[in-house]
Amino acid sequence: MKLLVNGHEHTLDVEPEMPLLWALRDELDIKGPKYGCGIAQCGSCTVLLNGEPVRSCSYPVSSADGQQVISIEGLADKGKLHAVQQAWIDHQVPQCGYCQGGQMLAAVALLKKKPRPTDQDIDAAMTNICRCGTYARMRTAIHAAARKAGGQS
Amino acid sequence: MNSNALNRRQFLQVSSSSAAALSLGFVWPDAAVAAQNTVVNAWIDIHSDESIVIRYARTEMGQGSRTSAPMLVAEELEADWQKVQVLDVPAHENLSRKRVYGDMASVGSRTIRMSQDYLRKAGAAARIMLIEAAAQRWGVPVADCKASLSQVIHSASGKKLSYGQLAAEAAKLTPPKDIPLKDPKTWTLAGKPLPRVDMADIVTGKIRYGVDVQLPDMLHAAIAQSPVFGGKATAIDSSRVDNRRGIVKVLNLGEFVAVVADNWWRAKEALRDVAIDWDNGKNGAVNSAGIMQYYRKGLTETEVAIVRNDGNAPAALAGADKVIEADYYTPYLAHATMEPMVCTAMLNGDKLDIWASTQNPESTLATGASTAEVPQENVRVFAMQMGGGLGRKSPQDFTRQAVSIAMQIPGKSVKLMWSREEDMQHGLYRPASLVRMRAAVDTAGKPQALHVRVSAPSIFSQLLRMQLQNGIDNQAVACFPDHPYAIPSTLVDFAMRSTHVPVGFWRTVGHSQNPFVRECFMDELAHAAGQDPLAFRLSLLPDNEKANRDRSILNAVAKAAGWGKPLPAGVHRGIASVDGYGSWTACVCEVSVSARGEVKIHRVVIGIDPGYAVNPDNIQAQLQGSVVHGLSAIFWGEMTIKDGRIEQSNFHDYRMMRMNEMPKVETVIAPTGGFWGGVGEPTQAPLAPALGNALFAATGKRIRSLPLKNHGLTLVKA
Repeated sequence: MKLLVNGHEHTLDVEPEMPLLWALRDELDIKGPKYGCGIAQCGSCTVLLNGEPVRSCSYPVSSADGQQVISIEGLADKGKLHAVQQAWIDHQVPQCGYCQGGQMLAAVALLKKKPRPTDQDIDAAMTNICRCGTYARMRTAIHAAARKAGGQS
Repeated sequence: MNSNALNRRQFLQVSSSSAAALSLGFVWPDAAVAAQNTVVNAWIDIHSDESIVIRYARTEMGQGSRTSAPMLVAEELEADWQKVQVLDVPAHENLSRKRVYGDMASVGSRTIRMSQDYLRKAGAAARIMLIEAAAQRWGVPVADCKASLSQVIHSASGKKLSYGQLAAEAAKLTPPKDIPLKDPKTWTLAGKPLPRVDMADIVTGKIRYGVDVQLPDMLHAAIAQSPVFGGKATAIDSSRVDNRRGIVKVLNLGEFVAVVADNWWRAKEALRDVAIDWDNGKNGAVNSAGIMQYYRKGLTETEVAIVRNDGNAPAALAGADKVIEADYYTPYLAHATMEPMVCTAMLNGDKLDIWASTQNPESTLATGASTAEVPQENVRVFAMQMGGGLGRKSPQDFTRQAVSIAMQIPGKSVKLMWSREEDMQHGLYRPASLVRMRAAVDTAGKPQALHVRVSAPSIFSQLLRMQLQNGIDNQAVACFPDHPYAIPSTLVDFAMRSTHVPVGFWRTVGHSQNPFVRECFMDELAHAAGQDPLAFRLSLLPDNEKANRDRSILNAVAKAAGWGKPLPAGVHRGIASVDGYGSWTACVCEVSVSARGEVKIHRVVIGIDPGYAVNPDNIQAQLQGSVVHGLSAIFWGEMTIKDGRIEQSNFHDYRMMRMNEMPKVETVIAPTGGFWGGVGEPTQAPLAPALGNALFAATGKRIRSLPLKNHGLTLVKA
């Protein structure tokens, strides 16, 4: 099996049903995607698969064979933070930060589809759980990232 | 160095593509060691390149203290914050240095209020020494010199020397005995909303949580604990998994069964196929209804602990014109931190290394030493970033388990992580509590006597096995004996209820539930008296320091909320205030409720007076977050017991609030000075009663038990 993760190609010999999350974390040492529930409820494990957010705890690695995976470690472009990451810093969004990699990737996918999302769009797209309760700041940061990227997408 | 004994610096080097990639602002221990640093005191190193290391001896789980505690040091040091790096202190260093860093636990909203004095003195002492070094070099009186932005300045001549130039000389001076501290009114750094030092590492995914520990040839463990609390595994059959790919060992350690593998998923999957015979012990038939019955008996129990007894409440109640009585119930709650319990341990001979998500690294060290039966001096503990703590990561059950497993595989590092299901079903739950409130009121509706009977478990007795003084658990009765109201007679008593359900400290602890009881009951009294709930409270607050702070935060929040001003049709508000963890808080909620029980929260105004606001932006984040944490529990939070075990198992049946349910939250930070209060926990305390009172205002129906889902109420977006 081959995975293209954050621009690097990895060859894997694992059970096809192993969740993508555990192939990334325990086989490839890519620790950004986090385990939170194992049943696709919380979204801490979110990665982008060909640009689409997937909950990697419940996604068999074999279904990602040969495809592009972006984890939070691969979101910045050669050290330049993505607009979402920058907005997350500007608005001091994270508290413990555990869910935030998944949250930011969900936001990136949202902005790609809807460059100027409404609050309703944000409600519909941002379904990951945050126990620290950073929702208000996430909303502000998403709008700010959208404004900054304004017109380019 | 023993090749197997990796320190965290090496661990980072092997596990991240570049240790140097760690951003400025926050560095792991050992990674910041530079050749030309000067240790000014235990807390402060000043490097010749002007960079300053300030140590942080507590842990970080999102509460923000890794930033706000060093801010206090930097304030007194007159350091240029841009040049400050924060370095976590490992527990073994504190041990070997005779606890020079004091208490390391991040519990009880204590970091700022319990360490502010010695942190500020560390900064001030270093500043005094740096000024003295400069004065000596210039041959001028110390009084003619001042410090600012990492420089000492001779006021008359305008001569300047940087801290980097002075550090070596300053470090040789005798530390001052008399260390005056700044008046917080003159703060230039503390009190400002500063970004957190660890934010860049979080948003780039570089920061390492306990779950992210990676060591060479590390093994992974998944465990199953007895579904019935207190049960034991009597026999296991692992024949179906022994030869499965990646499986290293299957262990029956009695209290739990562990599968050790080369990948956590393989361990967890195999665990499902290990046949385990559980001896449930004597609790296999216990259920929630039975526990409730036992609690109910506590309401009329005659042998109780007297917590407070002023005046003569029983007589006043017996002869009262009118008695208002109500029972309130709050349920068991699980912590459900996003990161489950996790600990990595490695035993080499009599040397033990531990990497853990722990709120109490010194307790982790002691637990590791006693479990492995090695001297404490032989243990190293690296406290990792925590994916939430919420009080669950202070007790060390997971450390004991990880070390027990590592002892079976000497020389190998083993990372134990609980599954979410284990985490939900083997919590140390916020105790359920049943409280009977009785008030004698006069013809004007003024309370003349109050009797509070608490029927609940004791965390201190059950979890910490402490001998309670006079049978009193201060958390079980929190906010009752110290209520601020002028009521001539108050009796508070406690009927301890010990069950087999393990209990623990859940964020805000007793203040997560008792303010709901006290402040909703005050609302009942106000309503019975036909008075405005704010005016009623204010009329009952005497003129003393404690009550004045209550009045101050009540008025500040009421003003911000526009209390008394007309609301749109169908929208109603409720108010509450309470003090806890050394801070004063208040909240106003505005709600509307549809005929189908759909609750819209139009606005939450929540405020705190923590005495001093060290990092207001972080305090605002804690206030906002508290609303989310609180509403999840208020609407849905409830752990129930059937056949001796917890029924809920994951986020599908222990529901959390999400983005689409987030109400508008406005925060009030109103520090009045003169005291140091906590933040992370008290911020949650006034929410539940303010919401309960708003729901009463909207529906005329008094909510006396949580969660709200049991009353047919659902949360919808306003």
